[in-house]
Amino acid sequence: MYALPLLSLAIWIPIVFGVLVLATGSDRNAPLARIIALVGAVLGFVVTLPLYAGFSPQMGGFQYVQKVGWIEAFNAHYHLGIDGVSLLLLLLNSFTTVIVVLAGWEIIQKRVAQYMAAFLMLSGLMNGVFCALDALLFYVFFEATLIPMFIIIGIWGGPNRVYASIKFFLYTLLGSLLSLVALIYLYFASGGSFSLLDFYDTPLAIGAQTFIFFAFFMAFAVKVPMWPVHTWLPDAHVEAPTGGSVVLAAIMLKLGGYGFLRLSLPIVPDASHALSGFMIFLSLVAVVYIGLVALVQTDMKKLIAYSSISHMGFVTLGLFIFNAQGMEGAVIQMISHGFVSGALFLCVGVLYDRMHSRQIGDYGGVVNTMPVFAAFFMLFAMANAGLPGTSGFVGEFTVILGAMQASFWYAFAAATTLIFGAAYTLWMYKRVVFGAVANAHVAELKDINLREFLVLGLLAVAVLAMGIWPAPFAEVIHTSVADLLSHVMHSKLPVQ
Amino acid sequence: MTAMQKIYLLVPLAPLFGAVAAGLCGWALSRRAAQWITIIGMLVCVAGSLAVYQDVMQGNVFNGALYTWMVSGNAKFEIGFLIDPLSATMMVVVSFVSLMVHVYTIGYMADDPGYKRFFSYISLFTFSMLMLVMSNNFLQLFFGWEAVGLVSYLLIGFWYTRPTAIYANLKAFLVNRVGDFGFLLGIALVLMYFGTLDYAAVFANAKSLSSNTVEIFPGAAWSLMTVICILLFIGAMGKSAQFPLHVWLPDSMEGPTPISALIHAATMVTAGIFMVARMSPLFELSDTALTFVMTIGAITAFFMALIATVQYDIKRVVAYSTLSQLGYMTMALGASAYSAAIFHLFTHAFFKAVLFLGAGSVIIAMHHEQDMRKMGGLRKYLPITYVTMLIGALANAGLPPFAGFFSKDTIIEALHASPLAGAGFAYVLATAGVLVGGFYSFRLVFYAFHGKERFADPHDPAVMACDAERAAAHDHAHDEHHEHNESHHAKPHESPWVVTFPLIMLAIPSVCAGWIIGQFVFGDYFGNAITVSQAHPAIATLKHEFHGVMGMITHGFISVPFWLAVAGAGTAYYIYVLRPDLPAVLRKRWGVVVTILMEKYGFDRFNDWFFAGGARCLGTGLWKGGDIAVIDGVLVNGSARAVGWFSTVIRKLQSGYIYNYAFAMIFGIVLLLTITLWTLIP
Repeated sequence: MYALPLLSLAIWIPIVFGVLVLATGSDRNAPLARIIALVGAVLGFVVTLPLYAGFSPQMGGFQYVQKVGWIEAFNAHYHLGIDGVSLLLLLLNSFTTVIVVLAGWEIIQKRVAQYMAAFLMLSGLMNGVFCALDALLFYVFFEATLIPMFIIIGIWGGPNRVYASIKFFLYTLLGSLLSLVALIYLYFASGGSFSLLDFYDTPLAIGAQTFIFFAFFMAFAVKVPMWPVHTWLPDAHVEAPTGGSVVLAAIMLKLGGYGFLRLSLPIVPDASHALSGFMIFLSLVAVVYIGLVALVQTDMKKLIAYSSISHMGFVTLGLFIFNAQGMEGAVIQMISHGFVSGALFLCVGVLYDRMHSRQIGDYGGVVNTMPVFAAFFMLFAMANAGLPGTSGFVGEFTVILGAMQASFWYAFAAATTLIFGAAYTLWMYKRVVFGAVANAHVAELKDINLREFLVLGLLAVAVLAMGIWPAPFAEVIHTSVADLLSHVMHSKLPVQ
Repeated sequence: MTAMQKIYLLVPLAPLFGAVAAGLCGWALSRRAAQWITIIGMLVCVAGSLAVYQDVMQGNVFNGALYTWMVSGNAKFEIGFLIDPLSATMMVVVSFVSLMVHVYTIGYMADDPGYKRFFSYISLFTFSMLMLVMSNNFLQLFFGWEAVGLVSYLLIGFWYTRPTAIYANLKAFLVNRVGDFGFLLGIALVLMYFGTLDYAAVFANAKSLSSNTVEIFPGAAWSLMTVICILLFIGAMGKSAQFPLHVWLPDSMEGPTPISALIHAATMVTAGIFMVARMSPLFELSDTALTFVMTIGAITAFFMALIATVQYDIKRVVAYSTLSQLGYMTMALGASAYSAAIFHLFTHAFFKAVLFLGAGSVIIAMHHEQDMRKMGGLRKYLPITYVTMLIGALANAGLPPFAGFFSKDTIIEALHASPLAGAGFAYVLATAGVLVGGFYSFRLVFYAFHGKERFADPHDPAVMACDAERAAAHDHAHDEHHEHNESHHAKPHESPWVVTFPLIMLAIPSVCAGWIIGQFVFGDYFGNAITVSQAHPAIATLKHEFHGVMGMITHGFISVPFWLAVAGAGTAYYIYVLRPDLPAVLRKRWGVVVTILMEKYGFDRFNDWFFAGGARCLGTGLWKGGDIAVIDGVLVNGSARAVGWFSTVIRKLQSGYIYNYAFAMIFGIVLLLTITLWTLIP
């Protein structure tokens, strides 16, 4: 039906270009490395566009399916396919890669080729996660993404990068090891298949489901991250270079949400139901507790990191209230959070590049010297506070609508983000941007250049477009979410 | 799309175009160009609004979607317009006042470096407000609701280098968000029970769901309508600054005066009133909610008016007066006198805009001095401002035949006629509020425009008291203006025509807007836009007693509120004109009361301490105690340490010495043998 294996292209173009970039070698060839990286990133984004254009929103199941043998001995396949949810995440990821390459353009001066290559390969690997329909393939891609990010934080990170990168690596690796055990269990339970589609139809007793649920939970909850396994994220963000933070917040966290949605919910629906109260509780703790913690941060990146955790609480909340609004809201929240948190980390990066400080206290009155930047920052801050007309509103609003149908108090706790989200974001904005020029360093600041304008401008367009007209985003996930809900509503307990 | 529908679209888009042009392309435009683009946009908008109004008055009501915003689950969210007498009236008020404020801005902001930005913001505000009032569904209502909040935030903090301004705008946004929190939950409940957010569909089904109950707390079944209405009203309390969410409005005076008039008096703060009137089919189904609304309104109307009597800042007097008037509108809503509430909104928009813009004119003349202690006797220098503000004050005090009289008197009578619980309480406070209103309105006029020219005499006791207060408070915001003060020994002079023209244009309706009451409140003006149940006959009762405008005026002269207002005005005249030494004496004698009023009943202190401080304290506790100490300290690094400790112990076993291993082996063999023998021996 489709002439080109578009999914494979989306995965391998960035990886191949990553290798090419590496081949440029030392920093003498940095300009060439940058250009190849940009070409790779743009090509990677361009191949995902026909995916959207050719996607049939009304059709259930997976599209663009590609299946070839991989490891015959284990009956594992190179099996790809996407539904609406994966489609949006693919687009987001490929778009973000372009942004990140542009954002690091002249900021990164050391080991340019390696830096660009790491991001390109990471992008391809994450596309792999979103496309994989084979559990083993999924696991390989999922784990492989750790390596480039570990390197990014460990090499181009801040002063405490070693602690942060090791914490990041161990936290997430330990989390996901158990999920491999669960996948192997499922391999036997399904009669020797690694296909996720087979897993969906495999009957499982409640005990086994519970075990599998917690195994997946360990992997995905750490990634999201859910309270209380979130403490790696603020450290990782603070130490990561700007680009690393952007990809971490915009895409990597989504691997967790996507994992719950692609694996946990349809494979172990009964355990998901039984434990939904637990999941909702953790999500709401994230929204409220983390919202309060974000309020008192003095480091901008830490503040945005905590705000990310709080916003991701909406994703897990939406997934586990089991209704259409909750689930669609969760997916939309993932996409929107990709734009907004990415943009906020870029904004902090813009300031950090000039002042080499992330401390709120070192700033004040930035608007006087950087008015254009202040306008962008305002837009993204408002999006983070969930202002209608920006993408940040759509997901939160829809999840709150869904939560209300489950319980008044879920909606009540979730809606506190209206207050906390505005409080921590705008209070930070006030202290950093508003006011009289605080010190001589702020007085010397130069407003954003054309490249920074382009990067922030692209994201601003995305944030506004999604806020004013989210229908094109919601349209493609409609059937996929309905499919997923029917899986979740269908008990898989073996017939006695 | 019919020609009329194109006009519907044009009305909000014209100001949006102006806002985008002046905002995003401002760098390419001159100040004059930016100013004219937005003003022409506003002219188009006003013309369109009038055309729409004309059309609606001929009975053409429109309800239709513009585009589908999103479909989620079974719910379809749309952006669309509902054009009926209620929205058409709001469109005219909003666009007209906004146009006047645009013109006024030319004069008021003439020397401001943010000139183009300011025009962009006020046009953007007009767009948002129009989208709010023209909406045909809850989602778009919330859109406009938050968008006007955003612009209000941007404009209060317009002078972003002033610490007080950026404190006030954050406070305004957050307090509004508290209201929106309730509002959003209300909307979510509506969607849950009605399956749609479309007004028409919701209102059509409201009756059939009126007997539903919800159990929010286990065991307590509450009426669904009561819960929905109170949650929605919490939103209105934020936006329309009702007690106890009123705290942001006085501080919002940190913004430039034109926006105080436009946003914080005439239009945005009335969004809550409009919203409740729009939701009348829902509120009519819950007496509890109506009583709640009425009580909140009564408290706001009376107690905020009291604060106005002790303020020195000319803008703050008007701000507290706005709070009080909003309280009157809210009370009217509670009494099911929706048309009276909207009518008061309508007249108030004009006379309050006059008062604010007049105050702005005074402020320009006084070189940015806002303290009335440093004014006095200004009527000689600012004749146009004086006359227009006097009209505003007369209307605000509710004296016939000025606009405020008709609307305020109707509200008081409606409260009298309302059978609901709490109406008696509201009636008493509303009537007493008239006395206070008469006093503070004329206090302002007499203090600023009559009496001794205190600005010329730095040794006047009032001026010295003001200076001493500032020195004590280290008031930076005003310090900047001291430099101006040094050079302003030149006499104050009347403002340019761009300032006085809007004053006159707004003063005219402040006089005569009330004369259409017969049709507006008692006639069939609103058609189906407002629903009043048979059980709430306040307006129906008044309709019987209404015998034309002249009859109402004549009756007005012998009514209690009239004499209370006159008494208030007379007291002000006695204290501030006849006995200018009295204020200081009274302040001393009534020290405790004055302090309570100056402290605004302590709300700001309490909120700062309890909510702002409490949240920070809790946040720090959770962060240091929860994240750092327990999760990272004990669990994460603890497990790392545990692994480390365990390996140290294990390592000791692998010493590398043969004799150690040999000993362990022999010990093991002995142990195994012992166990085996033990079990073998019977």
